[in-house]
Amino acid sequence: MSKGDGARQPATANRSSARDEGRRKPPDTEFVQLLTPDGSRVEHPDYDVDFTDDELRGLYRDLVIVRKLDAEATALQRQGELGIWASLLGQEAAQVGSGRALRKQDMAFPTYREHGVLYCRGIDPIMPLGLFRGVDQGGWDPNQHKFNMYTIVIGAQTLHATGYAMGIAMDGKVGSDDGEAVIAYFGDGATSQGDVNEAFVWASVFNSPVVFFCQNNQYAISEPLERQTRVPLYQRAAGFGFPGVRVDGNDVLACYAVTRKALDDARHGQGPTLIEAYTYRMGAHTTSDDPTRYRIASEVEAWQAKDPIKRLRSYLERTHAADDTFFGALEDEAAREAGALRERVLSMPNPDPLEMFDHVYPTGSPEIDEQRETFARYLETFAGGH
Amino acid sequence: MSRVKEFPLPDLGEGLTEGEILKWLVAEGDMITLNQPIVEVETAKAAVEIPAKWAGRVAKIFHGEGETVEVGTPIIAIDTDPSAGALPPDDLADRDLPAPSAASLAAVEVAPAEGAIEPGMIGGPAPGGRTAILVGYGPKTTTATRRPRRQGPTGQDLRQVPDVGAQPATADDDVAEVMTILAGVGAAGPVLAKPPVRKLARDLGVDLSGLAGTGPAGSITRDDVQAAATEGAPAAVPAFATAPSTAPAFGPDREQRIAIKGVRKLTAENMVASAFTAPHVTEFLTVDVTRAVRALERLREVPEWRGVRISPLLLVAKAVLLAVRRHPMVNSAWSGQTGEIVVKEYVNLGIAAATPRGLVVPNIKDAGRLSMRELAEAMTALVTTAKDGRTTPADMSGGTLTITNVGVFGVDTGTPILPPGEAAILAFGAVREMPWVHKGRVRPRQVTTLGLSFDHRIIDGELGSKFLRDVGVFLSDPEAALLAWT
Repeated sequence: MSKGDGARQPATANRSSARDEGRRKPPDTEFVQLLTPDGSRVEHPDYDVDFTDDELRGLYRDLVIVRKLDAEATALQRQGELGIWASLLGQEAAQVGSGRALRKQDMAFPTYREHGVLYCRGIDPIMPLGLFRGVDQGGWDPNQHKFNMYTIVIGAQTLHATGYAMGIAMDGKVGSDDGEAVIAYFGDGATSQGDVNEAFVWASVFNSPVVFFCQNNQYAISEPLERQTRVPLYQRAAGFGFPGVRVDGNDVLACYAVTRKALDDARHGQGPTLIEAYTYRMGAHTTSDDPTRYRIASEVEAWQAKDPIKRLRSYLERTHAADDTFFGALEDEAAREAGALRERVLSMPNPDPLEMFDHVYPTGSPEIDEQRETFARYLETFAGGH
Repeated sequence: MSRVKEFPLPDLGEGLTEGEILKWLVAEGDMITLNQPIVEVETAKAAVEIPAKWAGRVAKIFHGEGETVEVGTPIIAIDTDPSAGALPPDDLADRDLPAPSAASLAAVEVAPAEGAIEPGMIGGPAPGGRTAILVGYGPKTTTATRRPRRQGPTGQDLRQVPDVGAQPATADDDVAEVMTILAGVGAAGPVLAKPPVRKLARDLGVDLSGLAGTGPAGSITRDDVQAAATEGAPAAVPAFATAPSTAPAFGPDREQRIAIKGVRKLTAENMVASAFTAPHVTEFLTVDVTRAVRALERLREVPEWRGVRISPLLLVAKAVLLAVRRHPMVNSAWSGQTGEIVVKEYVNLGIAAATPRGLVVPNIKDAGRLSMRELAEAMTALVTTAKDGRTTPADMSGGTLTITNVGVFGVDTGTPILPPGEAAILAFGAVREMPWVHKGRVRPRQVTTLGLSFDHRIIDGELGSKFLRDVGVFLSDPEAALLAWT
């Protein structure tokens, strides 16, 4: 609107009505859901899954183990064995659903909270604990597992993912049934980052094979969603020119179905999709955070009723796909895995300070060699070694 | 390896130094399982539950609820094999103290050049005598763990290690260079200040090149400029009302809003806690200290005392220490928790000091055992350390009796508030030449006023009065008092 065109009054009125519109909280039903919180299977016109009982039990196993390992890591931090830990509690379905929807050739770009996706990629769950214990930089091979290193910088990985997706498109790896696709994970807070918006623009105009998977867990540390957006996040995609869809992030079946569809679109050359997995972070942002300072108990309780694991268990019990023997054995297995994880963390050797020079260049460099020598001499000046 | 393991309080949130025990969820003798919540701890960041690191029986709880515990201090001992029968007495626990492992991310290991202070470290002094802190935390002095440096065969440190090539700077040179920058030693170098600060300096007519910056890397801050602009007014912070006397930066509403945090917040909490728990009584005594001042002048001429800093405060400290010996109840603390009055034989003599970061009250440990000369040196060291901002928590904890020297600000006396956990505090006012009746005639004499606040739960008017009187007796004639009392 140009200045002083006499339309100031109506424009103001319009603005305020648009604001009221945005302020209305979108109802939770506005998403793709295949399994309700009480464990009932519901139909959706566009999305469906067809899992065998065995596969359903497999998904349930993933959810339980991922949660148990996460709880163990949180305990280890509280016991002084990890510097910090970002718990995924409450977001297991979003991570396992999308993680299991990935094909072997698909590449994932995580934040620092994607322990569930990492597990689904077949990476040893000990890996991120080395990072958070401060003894290594993560340790897995991103190429081998098609899972990039954890990215701490908020939203930066969406640019990496988009660049990677542009690359595989140029390499001609897109456009067939066995084409490749890329998935970028981020949170609701990251949607306010310039990086994420730039990634959207590039992915859109290059029609890149990337799925933007936003786990909207309602809080950017302490900032609630209404301080992040006035429209449902998935609707932002329309402005960039690609489809956006919101899925019940606590419904592992719906997360799987929606992600698989988006990935398949991408691998067939249909361009990017934004998925907003509507979920809730049940724990703290990280172990350094106290969520009771910024959210109320009744909200947490309301989300407890939508727990992703409880609803799948109800469904498995209702359909007799699993019995108490299965659940009991799984509980034991999860406890064993957690115990093994604990032991391995406690026995992690402290790294030799000189190791930090080892992986700077694949083939070494004279300058690094010299720095290493100087640093070695410096370390020798300490009594009792370093 | 002992079967009893002690669990030290970990750094629960990236760079924290302490936590407060909110609530024990287990008791001594309880059987516990791995990861069972045992205690709630509140840190500067969050209140969190700590899960048990080992299964077994709780052998010992070291710190009660409400206690603030430094990171690394054992809080609980767990008998990891309770089925093996009773514990042998004095079974010394395996302290699960974190070795300087990579996991203890807080223990940033910086090894500075020998003898150098460690500027910029968390808890270490920053340029300008301030304490470097994590963003979002109040300044908190803390001792940084430093690894001992190995002495080379010739007692050299790395600084003397010959360069391999004449080529690039060694790591140590870099360290030294950074330190030089941090310490703001490069006085001839460029003036570091942000543009708005430069503008402020221009507006107020302050020459930046003449200022020592207290900001990061020695940069000059708004406060520095404002302090320089109001120079002439006392720059030091009074021990009573400790509002910084910098020129307020008033907004358009002619009000300035200063966030309550750091030392200010801590001081406020302590003052409120003390003022509203201990019923305070304050008594005053005006004393002719002419003889004491003369005694100090004579002391300065004693060859052994050459170079030792001597001030009237030294005599006041001596007076307090001697008076405590005659009235031990004054050196005590009220312990409501245990229902006891704790009388202390040792005197940890606190000296309230105004420092660039506010009021700190370091104390001289066991001051009653020091000779006069040792006391003088301890006081000088304590004040210098405080002004440099290098006072450690250990220096500040455990005080039993405090002197606040309000006289340096030119005032006569005040009604000091007790430091928490102490039963008495003495305000020492300015020494002035005043008309005084001396030997039946009005004479100009050196006169000062003492103000003693005491905890009326412990100290009755009689005891408080006698104590204050004895301090006055010493100050009016120290030699006679020494002969009479010691």
